[in-house]
Amino acid sequence: MTTITTTDLAGAVEDVAAHLYVWALKDIPQDLRDALAAARDRETSTTGIRILETIHRNVSIADEQKNLVCQDTGIAVYTCRVGEHFPLHPARIYASLKAGTARATVEHPLRSNAVHVLTRENTGPNVGHRLPIVHWEFIPDWDGLDVKCVPKGSGSENMSFLKMCVPADGVSGIKKFVLESIVDAGGKPCPPGIVGVGIGGSADYAMYLAKEAIARPVGTRNADPLVAQLEDELYGLLNETGIGPMGLGGDVTVLQCHIEHADTHMTLNPVAVNYQCWAARRASAHIAADGSVDFDREF
Amino acid sequence: MAHHEVTFPITDPHEILKLRAGDEVTVQGHIIGIRDRTQIRIFDQGVEPPMDLSGAFLLHTAPNVRKVAEGRYEKICIGTTTSARMVRFTEGLGAQYGVRAICGKGGFPDVAIEPMQRLGMVYFAIVGGAAALETTQIEEIEEVLWEELMPECLWKFRVKDFGPLIVGIDAHGNSLYHDVQARAHDKLKELYARL
Repeated sequence: MTTITTTDLAGAVEDVAAHLYVWALKDIPQDLRDALAAARDRETSTTGIRILETIHRNVSIADEQKNLVCQDTGIAVYTCRVGEHFPLHPARIYASLKAGTARATVEHPLRSNAVHVLTRENTGPNVGHRLPIVHWEFIPDWDGLDVKCVPKGSGSENMSFLKMCVPADGVSGIKKFVLESIVDAGGKPCPPGIVGVGIGGSADYAMYLAKEAIARPVGTRNADPLVAQLEDELYGLLNETGIGPMGLGGDVTVLQCHIEHADTHMTLNPVAVNYQCWAARRASAHIAADGSVDFDREF
Repeated sequence: MAHHEVTFPITDPHEILKLRAGDEVTVQGHIIGIRDRTQIRIFDQGVEPPMDLSGAFLLHTAPNVRKVAEGRYEKICIGTTTSARMVRFTEGLGAQYGVRAICGKGGFPDVAIEPMQRLGMVYFAIVGGAAALETTQIEEIEEVLWEELMPECLWKFRVKDFGPLIVGIDAHGNSLYHDVQARAHDKLKELYARL
């Protein structure tokens, strides 16, 4: 456990944001390493095996040289779970996350990916108008703050899909859409990765749910048994498509399929797909009300 | 799967014809880093590239670097981006500038097959995301042009044992991406029938 203590809570959040961003980019979580090893063991295509071995070699080199796993440092997406009694207003938390993201980008240095959407001019250290992206969840009767950073590179984020299915499409309509999305994505999002599926809510919320789904530890299952069953089924079906590592054919197209769901309107059935590449980077920390930090706590 | 060693830039176009879709390739010599904005500048804004691209190997990249002196950069992490976004520049790169190889990840769609065959070009697939490894194979950043487009400049790298690369599209009209997609679409019909 790494613990930092500071009397400056805003400073602690900034330090955490900076640390999580770089940490996520350099250190692949163990569950993912295990999933990649299992993928190499079950792949039978010669090219696929070669690719999965190269991925392993790359992870080892990144470990040895303390280098980034992938050059695409992405845009930083944070999820915050804020306790009702956490003594720092979310507006200050946001400012600290932004400052931490910029600091990590300048100090490392990381590539600056952020641009204005119309002029395409670079806006500097991976911050800008509404960047970084922060999702919020507020927890009653609690005084802590959990922060998770999921840097999203463009190869995987460009492979995001939304379909407003209709109730008559049923569950098979959901399955078809996920399958066709991953076949269309082919090798572009760096397969084998994690397919996140968000079902329900509204159009925007379904995509948020899909993004939460890709950030779960590999192979965890939704608490709802019906949804968990669909995760299992889609995982099997997606690997039957033969897209394979890097889209060059093979047995392993995805490492996992995770689903998050929300209840929805009786006439709606939104389905969102968000892809996370094989490097599936994520890092999280817990900040206590006194500013002490536990970097080992996942959520 | 045949294995080839190829040095770029190439002077003999026949070397490209020896490469077949599915073969593995290791590259030596010099490669050029290029990206979306660089190619938009060349082809949409009509600005001539400030370096000779004949016989060149182009890598779709925008690296992480540290500036060490005026016009001098050292590598931090250099990796490869998704190629499909840049497919429309293929013909121009081959016909106007003599580029022979394009390397990226994720492949080119079928629209690239015909011009690559006609112009004697290949598409090399690299393992996407494996940037830590790629960085060790790039010996030096020799030149950076159009610095104002940072990080989407024109980069000249000297490489040693760059790879493994897989020939994704060869100069004979074969594309692994086309084949994998065609088989996957057939498979989808079968899977849909089971749902």
